[in-house]
Amino acid sequence: MATVTLDNLRKTFGKTEIIHGVDIDITDGEFIVIVGPSGCGKSTLLRMVAGLETVTSGEVRINGARVNEKEPMDRNIAMVFQNYALYPHMSVFDNMAYGLKIAGKPKAEIAARVADAARLLQLEPYLQRKPRELSGGQRQRVAMGRAIVREPDVFLFDEPLSNLDAKLRVQMRLEIRQLQRKLGITALYVTHDQVEAMTLADRMIVMNAGVAEQIGAPMEVYENPATTFVAGFIGSPPMNFLSDSALPALPPTTRLGIRPEHVTLTAPGRGRADATALYSEALGAETLVHLRLGDGEQVTARIGGKTVPPAEGTELGLAWPDDHAMLFGPDGKRIPPG
Amino acid sequence: MSGQSGMVEKRGAGLWLTHAGLIVGVLFIFFPIWLAFVASTVTQPEIARPPMPLLPGDQFFENYRKALLSGVNAPVATMLLNSLVMAMGIAVGKIVISILSAFAIVYFKFPGRKAFFWLIFLTLMLPVEVRIVPTYEVAAGFGMLNSYSGLIFPLIASATATFLFRQFFMTVPDELAEAARVDGARPMRFFRDILIPMSRTNIAALFVILFIYGWNQYLWPLLITTDPSMNTIVMGIKQMFPSGDDIADWPVIMATSILAMLPPILVVVSMQKLFIRGLVESEK
Repeated sequence: MATVTLDNLRKTFGKTEIIHGVDIDITDGEFIVIVGPSGCGKSTLLRMVAGLETVTSGEVRINGARVNEKEPMDRNIAMVFQNYALYPHMSVFDNMAYGLKIAGKPKAEIAARVADAARLLQLEPYLQRKPRELSGGQRQRVAMGRAIVREPDVFLFDEPLSNLDAKLRVQMRLEIRQLQRKLGITALYVTHDQVEAMTLADRMIVMNAGVAEQIGAPMEVYENPATTFVAGFIGSPPMNFLSDSALPALPPTTRLGIRPEHVTLTAPGRGRADATALYSEALGAETLVHLRLGDGEQVTARIGGKTVPPAEGTELGLAWPDDHAMLFGPDGKRIPPG
Repeated sequence: MSGQSGMVEKRGAGLWLTHAGLIVGVLFIFFPIWLAFVASTVTQPEIARPPMPLLPGDQFFENYRKALLSGVNAPVATMLLNSLVMAMGIAVGKIVISILSAFAIVYFKFPGRKAFFWLIFLTLMLPVEVRIVPTYEVAAGFGMLNSYSGLIFPLIASATATFLFRQFFMTVPDELAEAARVDGARPMRFFRDILIPMSRTNIAALFVILFIYGWNQYLWPLLITTDPSMNTIVMGIKQMFPSGDDIADWPVIMATSILAMLPPILVVVSMQKLFIRGLVESEK
């Protein structure tokens, strides 16, 4: 039950600044996903909130109180690590109980709280096992359990699902969301996977090279990306960008962005631009058609799974509705319509 | 199949040959020990008169009682105790000191951290014998001649063990230390609750090696102890040899040799499982 505020948060390693000032107000119970490519500083940002990295300048506030100088344990946070970081020589029970034990809680209370968490995570049959005797998904649950029993103010997740296989990842994603909803605990979640960001977040922070390029609700970010980076990073397959060499109607040095699902294929000369079909990927419910424009740039169109895709080398026209096209300036910033 | 999973199955002549080879090897190594044992169970004239007997005699209890209770210069029981104190002191002391210094070097950032590590590492290249004269000076200056502290302290620092623990700690994922920090464990708590249990097998392996190292020390005890009651058993055996025209009591000396072998064997056998696990597997 807590609010978290990041106030112009910066981090410098040696002489290189890697976080260039991030601001956000996180309300109580909100699920915030920090998403970005590797090396963008998202994990560093999270670790600064956790207290595992020092803050160079700016302020981290939990419940309004500055915590920059506090040790992780005094911030009342709980963290789930990518490789789970379970204590290998301790049983599942001891792993979950360790934090409470250090806090000096009475034995009966520890047992009760671990039992509650184990029930919630369906870990009851495994309490006496060692981490190495568990599957990846179960270890992940233990790591979650360790976070839950502490009843923290804030959950911090550092790419918790990266080490799981694709199917388990989808399942655990749902579980994390449900759990966070049920417990109502404010959460910060770092991932490089934009699908996780879209599905989990109340609001997401899209990071690029140490800058928060855009902060907003998933659909808002998806529909109104502020920069070409955000537009290209959020959404799969990524947004198409066309320059004035393919679209002479565009103002020079600007680029036009259009999502694959808004591109329709027509006869050559009938659309806004002409292209040659390269290859297509049938995914079942939909088919992705990759095309090459006259100036050599590639464009992807998403068409229905039942539609017969154009053969390789077919000349086609590309069309799209005006209201889905976005214009970006030479600096990558969105130029507002109108 | 279950009993031999992972083993290469071998049949026929090859199997017999390897066994025969191993048996010959074992006999070859074991024969002198057997001779020592036989010599410790017969009387002095029987040894002196060729051919040397190959089967145990009837003096077993007599010789061993004599060795343990009176010996030649000092009772062997005393020397065994001295050796035990020295070997335990060195093994435990080395492990405690080196695991703590490795912990400091790996987990704490302090000025000169690298320099300290390399200083420790450098001492690896100096065997005891090279620095034995200055070490003797220092030990004598502190009045540690003929004392347990004189036997133990000069040998207690271990670059090898520090290095081994450092290597092990560096394989422990950083996240484990961070998870412990988030859980509220202060550094020493992390050390005690997490690092030490995780190093269990390494500690056991080192204990075996260091115990034998301490037990087999020869030159240092020879220098530092002049009082026979402070002799350790390995050097004590040498002290029993006759000088000049004295007559050696070979059965008692041989009994002492056999007794000197027993504690290291006991340590190795009883800690074998942990020892081998510590050498071959890293539990993570």
